[in-house]
Amino acid sequence: MGALEGKFEDGVIVTSVDALFNWARLSSIWPMTFGLACCAIEMMHTAACRFDLDRFGAGVFRATPRQSDLMIVAGTVTYKMAKRIKLLYDQMPEPRYVIAMGSCAIGGGPYYEHGYHVVKGVDLYIPVDVYVPGCPPHPETLMAGLIELQEKIRQDRVLRRKKTVDAA
Amino acid sequence: MEHIEIFNRLRQQFGEEVVLEHVVTGDEAKGFRDPYILLKTESLAEVARFLKDDEALAFDMLHCISGVDWPEYFESVYHLFSFKHRHMATLKVRTSKDDPKVPSVTSVWPAADWHERESYDLVGIRYEGHPDLTRILLPEEWEGHPLRKDYETPTHEHLRELGL
Amino acid sequence: MVIPAQPKPLQGEPMVIYMGPQHPSTHGVLQVELHTDGEIVNRAIPRIGFLHRCKEKIGESVPYDAYVPYTDRMDYLAAMNTNWAWASAVEKLAAIEVPERAEYIRVYVAEFNRIASHLVALATYGLDLGAWTPLLHAFRERESVLDILEELSGGRLCFGYMRIGGVANDITPRSIEMGKAFLKQFRAKLDSLNELLSFNHIFIRRAANIGVIPGEQAIAYGMTGPMLRASGVDWDMRRDEPYSIYPKLNFDVPVGQGLKGKTGDNWDRYWVRVQEMYESMKILEQVIDGLPEGEFRAKVPAILRPPAAEVYCRQECPRGEVAFYLISDGGKTPYRMKVRGPSFCNLSILETISKDMLIADLVSTLGSFDIVMGEVDR
Repeated sequence: MGALEGKFEDGVIVTSVDALFNWARLSSIWPMTFGLACCAIEMMHTAACRFDLDRFGAGVFRATPRQSDLMIVAGTVTYKMAKRIKLLYDQMPEPRYVIAMGSCAIGGGPYYEHGYHVVKGVDLYIPVDVYVPGCPPHPETLMAGLIELQEKIRQDRVLRRKKTVDAA
Repeated sequence: MEHIEIFNRLRQQFGEEVVLEHVVTGDEAKGFRDPYILLKTESLAEVARFLKDDEALAFDMLHCISGVDWPEYFESVYHLFSFKHRHMATLKVRTSKDDPKVPSVTSVWPAADWHERESYDLVGIRYEGHPDLTRILLPEEWEGHPLRKDYETPTHEHLRELGL
Repeated sequence: MVIPAQPKPLQGEPMVIYMGPQHPSTHGVLQVELHTDGEIVNRAIPRIGFLHRCKEKIGESVPYDAYVPYTDRMDYLAAMNTNWAWASAVEKLAAIEVPERAEYIRVYVAEFNRIASHLVALATYGLDLGAWTPLLHAFRERESVLDILEELSGGRLCFGYMRIGGVANDITPRSIEMGKAFLKQFRAKLDSLNELLSFNHIFIRRAANIGVIPGEQAIAYGMTGPMLRASGVDWDMRRDEPYSIYPKLNFDVPVGQGLKGKTGDNWDRYWVRVQEMYESMKILEQVIDGLPEGEFRAKVPAILRPPAAEVYCRQECPRGEVAFYLISDGGKTPYRMKVRGPSFCNLSILETISKDMLIADLVSTLGSFDIVMGEVDR
C-alpha cells in the first residue's frame, strides 16, 4: 500500500479498511515448515487430521521463508543454528510473525543450566510475538498461541499512524 | 568367546608389551561389571586390524568410540561386536594430557570416522591418520572441548563475539 | 526412479548446493552439502550438529534418576524405548532387580511406542516422495497410540514414564482396554495403508533399487536396527541377545529380501518397518494376556550411588541399538556417560552410498534412513 501507509489520522472509514486488512492477514497466516526438535513433531500433529490447524487458516505450511508469514520456532535453538534462523527470518516478507514454541525456544528449557551449546531463548536473535509454553506444548496449546497471535494482528494498525510506544 | 579368552588370544599374538592388562571393573563387595582390555596406544591400529581379520575373533562391527577425561590421562574406549561369533569386547588406550593423540582406526572400520571426529570435538583427542579430523557437532569457531572436566561454559556475549 | 540409461554428465561447472538445515525432507536440522553436476550428485556430505544439546555433559551433571527426561528428548519419536535403555543401563550398573510386572509394562509401552515411531517413519517417507494422504492416515493411528501412552504417563511425546527400577505408576485397566481396542482395528488399517502406499506403483518406482546397501557394508559402518535388517543381516537384540521378558515372547524378525528390487534398497528399509509393526502387535497381544500381578517398581534408594564400575548397555530401539556407556566413580552422578545413537551411525553411510545419485533419489534415500536429529546430535 506504499503511498498510503501511515498517512491518515484515526477515522471511521480508514479504520474499517485497517480492520479489513487485519482480518485478511489473520485469517490466512501461512507458517513456515520449520521444525527444530521434539516440538516439530507436535507441530506436525497440530497440522494433521485430529487437530487440523487449517480451521484457523494456518494449515498451509510453506517450505520457503519467502512465502510464509509466520515462523514457528519449534524446538531447541543452538548456536550453530541461530545464525540460520536469523537469516530465515530476514528472508521472510513483512508483515512477519514469530511464535516461540516450547520452553527451549522461550528460554533454553531443560538445557538452561548445563547446555553450553543451547541459546537461552530465540528472542536473543529475533523478535518473538507469542510464547507458547510446554515441553513440548500440547497441540491445543499451540492453537491457543495461534489464536493469541490472531488477536494481536487484529489490533494492528496498517493505514493508521502507529501509536508511539513510550521509551519507559 | 568370553572376554578373558579374547584377551588371552591377543596376548598370545602380541605379547605383554602391547596387550597390557585385563581389568574387570567393580569390586568384590558390590559385584563385578564390564571388563576391558588395556592396550599400548601406539599399537592400536595393528591390534585393530588383527581383531577384525582373525577368524576366531572377527570383530566386524565397531559399536562405539568414547573419549574419557581422567585426572592423569585421556582414554579412548572402543566397543566392538562380532556378528559372526556374537561376542563383544572393550578396548582402551591411554594418552597424555599435554599432547593427546591416538592412532585412527578408520581404515579398519569405516564407522570410526564420525565417532573419532565426535571424540575430537568434545574431548579433544587427536586421532592420527584420520582423513578429515574436524569438528562435527560444534561450529568451527567454537573454543575448547566441552567434555573435559576443566571446561568452563562460555557466556552468550563471548559466543556472539566469536561470530555465532 | 529408475533411469533407463545412465544420464550423460553435463561436464559443466560443478555446483555446491546446501540442502538444509531448513529443508522439508531432511527430517530435522540436517544439512547436506551437495556437490552436483546438473541433477547428479557427485558428493553429498552430511553436516550435523545443529541440534547438539549437550546431552553427555548434562548426563555427567545430574543424578541418575533426573536424567530420564533428557533421554525422552534424545530420540523424541521413541521416548519410551530410550527411557528404557537408560533405566536398564543404570539398573545394570547398580545391580537393581526389576519386578516382572514392571518388565511387562515396559514392553507394553515400548512396543506401542515402536508402532508410533514407525508410523511417523512411514508417513514422512510418503511425504518425501510426494504422497500426502498416507500421512493423514498414519497420524490418525498414531494419535490413538499416543492416547494410550498419555493415559499411562500424562505426556504425549516426551513421556518420562520409566523410573530406575520400574515405571512411574501402575498400568491402568483403562489403558489396557484402549490397547485392546487399538490392536483389534489396527491390523486392518495397516493393510489398507499398505494398499495405499507400500504397493503403490509410483512409490515402488521411487524407492526400489535405490540406495542399495549390502550387508557387509552395513556392518562396517555400524548400522543397526531396521536399516541393518533391511540389508539382509538377521540380527535383532530382542531375539538374539534377549533382555527383559523378550525370551518369553514369540515373534519373528523381518529381514529385507529384495521383494521389489535388490536387498537393502530403500523399499526394503521401508518394508521392514511396516512388518515390524505387525510383529509389535503380536508382542503386545501376548503381553496383555500374560501380564502378571506384583509390584510395578523396585525399591530403589532416593539417592542412587552405584559402585565404581563401568557398564555398556545396549537395547533395540525403533531406529537401532541405543547404547549407554556409563562410568561411575561411586558418586551421585556418572563420571562419564556416552550415548551411542543409532541414527548417528546410520547417517554416516550417506556420503558413501549417495555417489552418482540423482538429487531426487538422495531425498528418497535419506527419507528411508528415518533419522531423528535429536539423537544424531545429542
